[in-house]
Amino acid sequence: MTEYIIFTFLVFMILAAVAALESKDLLSSIISIGAVGFMLSVVFLYLKAPDIAIVQVVVEILTLIILIRVTISRDIRTIEDTRNFMPFAKNVILLFVLAVLAARAIGLLPEVGVNLSKVAQYYLLRGFEETGAANIVSAVILDYRAYDTLGEATILFTAILGAVVILRRKAKE
Amino acid sequence: MKLSEAKSASGGSKEKNGMSEIVKTVCNWIAGFIFLFGCYITAYGHLTPGGGFAGGVILAASFILIVLSFGKDKISPLLPRKRAEMIEAAGGLIFIFSVSTAIYAGASFCGNFIFKKWSCANFKLLSAGFIPLLNIAIALKVMAGLFLVFFVLSITRVILEGEKLKMVKEE
Repeated sequence: MTEYIIFTFLVFMILAAVAALESKDLLSSIISIGAVGFMLSVVFLYLKAPDIAIVQVVVEILTLIILIRVTISRDIRTIEDTRNFMPFAKNVILLFVLAVLAARAIGLLPEVGVNLSKVAQYYLLRGFEETGAANIVSAVILDYRAYDTLGEATILFTAILGAVVILRRKAKE
Repeated sequence: MKLSEAKSASGGSKEKNGMSEIVKTVCNWIAGFIFLFGCYITAYGHLTPGGGFAGGVILAASFILIVLSFGKDKISPLLPRKRAEMIEAAGGLIFIFSVSTAIYAGASFCGNFIFKKWSCANFKLLSAGFIPLLNIAIALKVMAGLFLVFFVLSITRVILEGEKLKMVKEE
């Protein structure tokens, strides 16, 4: 039952993504992208991942606010870009080749929640008594993999540094 | 509350930026609760779903709500740009400090030395060693960082001048 709900959401997500690509108005395109993100967060909830669903919702809200703010304040509202035939045909051929190549790999994917890897089994069995954190996601990202989180924080710092430096107050000529 | 003081300080003059009075009133009530919810998500990150990143984004959203509804000059007594930069650096420093103190406390780098030495009761707010501390550090960092990005983007305008796009500042 859960799989059918997830597949329904995936179909709607693909439709919304196509609408975001094909619409001429930038604002409706951004709203379609937001629909994709919110449906993705519902899919995460059905996959029993509330942590990532919360992060998806809040980041989606923030990026939507920033994107709407950016597009509404600009003069550029619509895009006139005609799509000619050759890139479309190329995309269809590429999708077909990808489907043929990935068919076997997709067939071999394990079901959701079974065939856990050994590391994941270790985390689930020993994670609570080794870290004391009831939320096993926190235990993994801030105890077992704290070094990765340090790198992630560094990436965030660098990205914000770049944005602030590029858009700094006194632009040099 | 600081926000209402800042509002009443310049409330006499009819300002043109910001949204209508209804939006301002609702945002004045709501922003504090959003901030509180972000604090909750951050502080209980090791017990319930959530954590530093999600909590930090919610905290940043509460400030962005104030910027959107009241305009840019209302945010400067609450979180000016210099203070946001300092908060972001402080979050990163707290993270690095608590992670590298583990070496001097006898654990490995990034080892959870507080839990190993003083293990306290489970399922409490102060449990799980330094995981809540790292959550708070990440929340501070993400809050200040995303607010800075939004603020810097919102004071920049791109105008079309002849053939070229030109960036101007609105202060």
